[in-house]
Amino acid sequence: MTTAEQPIIQLKNVTFSDGDLTIINDITGSFPEGRITTLVGPSGAGKTTLFRLLNRLISPDTGEIVIKGKRIEEYNPIELRRKVGLALQSATMINGTVFKNLSLPLTLQGEELPEEEANELLEDVALGKDFLHRNIKDLSGGQKQKVSIARTLVNKPKVLLLDEITSSLDRVSQQDIEELIQKINQKYGTTIIWITHNLEQALSIGDYTWVMMAGELIESGESNLLNEPKDERVKRFVRGDME
Amino acid sequence: MSYLTLALSLVFVLIPIILSKTLNLGLEKDTVIATVRSIIQLLVVGYVLQFVFDAENFIYIILMVILMIFAATQNARKKGVSIKGITWKLITTYIVVEVLTQGILLGFGITPATAQYIIPISGMMIGNSMVLSILFLNRFTAEVESNQDKTELILSLGGTPKQAIHKQLITSIQASTIPTIESQKTIGLVQLPGMMSGQIIAGADPVQAVQFQLLILFLLLTAAVVTSVLLGFLSYPTLFNDKMQMVKIVEDE
Ligand SMILES: Nc1ncnc2c1ncn2[C@@H]1O[C@H](COP(=O)(O)OP(=O)(O)OP(=O)(O)O)[C@@H](O)[C@H]1O
Ligand SMILES: [Mg+2]
Repeated sequence: MTTAEQPIIQLKNVTFSDGDLTIINDITGSFPEGRITTLVGPSGAGKTTLFRLLNRLISPDTGEIVIKGKRIEEYNPIELRRKVGLALQSATMINGTVFKNLSLPLTLQGEELPEEEANELLEDVALGKDFLHRNIKDLSGGQKQKVSIARTLVNKPKVLLLDEITSSLDRVSQQDIEELIQKINQKYGTTIIWITHNLEQALSIGDYTWVMMAGELIESGESNLLNEPKDERVKRFVRGDME
Repeated sequence: MSYLTLALSLVFVLIPIILSKTLNLGLEKDTVIATVRSIIQLLVVGYVLQFVFDAENFIYIILMVILMIFAATQNARKKGVSIKGITWKLITTYIVVEVLTQGILLGFGITPATAQYIIPISGMMIGNSMVLSILFLNRFTAEVESNQDKTELILSLGGTPKQAIHKQLITSIQASTIPTIESQKTIGLVQLPGMMSGQIIAGADPVQAVQFQLLILFLLLTAAVVTSVLLGFLSYPTLFNDKMQMVKIVEDE
């Protein structure tokens, strides 16, 4: 991406494959610090895989990922994963209550999340306080997504990787979450990278947008590129001929 | 018992074969194989034991134990091919179980240091340890497989590999040791343990047979828990690499 802004994450010729299958194909690009970048592309484009690379759950076969000027390998994996927080597409939960899930990032460090803070977090993601001691099994898919976002925030990450976190939410909840993320972005200067299948959302909340297809970064720039894409494939994708 | 009466006992092999044939159960071939194998294996063991007992040489005892560990490893390793270096982890586990149980028995003079005691008890310990390691590996690989998403969640939030696998490890240790513990609760009520039955049939004093059986039960308890815990803690690190990433499980070594 060519912008004058300071990049917090840079990728240089990053490639990742699984056996013979190339999942991420020679991606070079960057994410500007303190901004919201939305990431769109058809299913199977490699968006989630890119997030797993950035959270270092996997490592590239070739190429380099640079975070705040330092190669990703130079960070302690634990520190890095706390700084570059990931909200998984699947909103995976551990067994137990909502509170147990919210505390998880802290219990992993041998600390306890104060109940007040947990309640504030629930309020932030528009879930009532009475959810705190409910069993996670009794929550709907959308409610779990909310818990998942709140849980990722507990580590106070510098970069937030959000993988389709509003996909099973109603319009109102979706707006609540969008506002929350924008607030976090503005208040703490947190860099947001947000995968979404909703192009309207990608345009409205993004400062910048990446369009990925078949493991490649096809187009990137300010989000209004979605209004006038240059690449033929992106044009077709935006018109809805692909997905 | 003479070889003639032993030959008569083959009647008990004919019954399942006839049943299998008439009901089309398809068990004939395996029944025959099992019968032939058990005859050959046990007779060989009998003669080998007689030789070792007569020789009164410690080297033979150690050779027997090594053989047992080798056989147990061969059997159990198939269940853990997805775990790197499983062969050595199993061998280590069996050696620890053997040294620990014999160490206590011989060290405190609970049993005399003769082949008559060491070999059968070692056989029971290693055999039990083998069953336990198979139970553990079955459960552990299944738990790891079905909870990959949770493991990855914990890693993604900045947990250590040990934290990420802890739940699966504990569940598998519990699940594999529970049968041993549970079966001890009803022992004697439902069935008499095989060794005790054997001793009583051979004419031993029932109370003495019970005392000995109790000793074995407690040893089995130790063997069970030590096997699962040790194998668990030896195995889980191989599921991760030095970057604290989950290693893709490969199905063949
Ligand atoms: N762990 C994995 N092992 C092997 N292949 C994988 C793995 N994860 C993803 N893939 C493959 O990589 C490709 C990209 O998957 P990815 O999940 O990154 O796509 P995506 O852009 O997030 O799609 P979606 O929009 O459906 O979430 C797919 O072909 C997928 O089958
Ligand atoms: Mg995805």
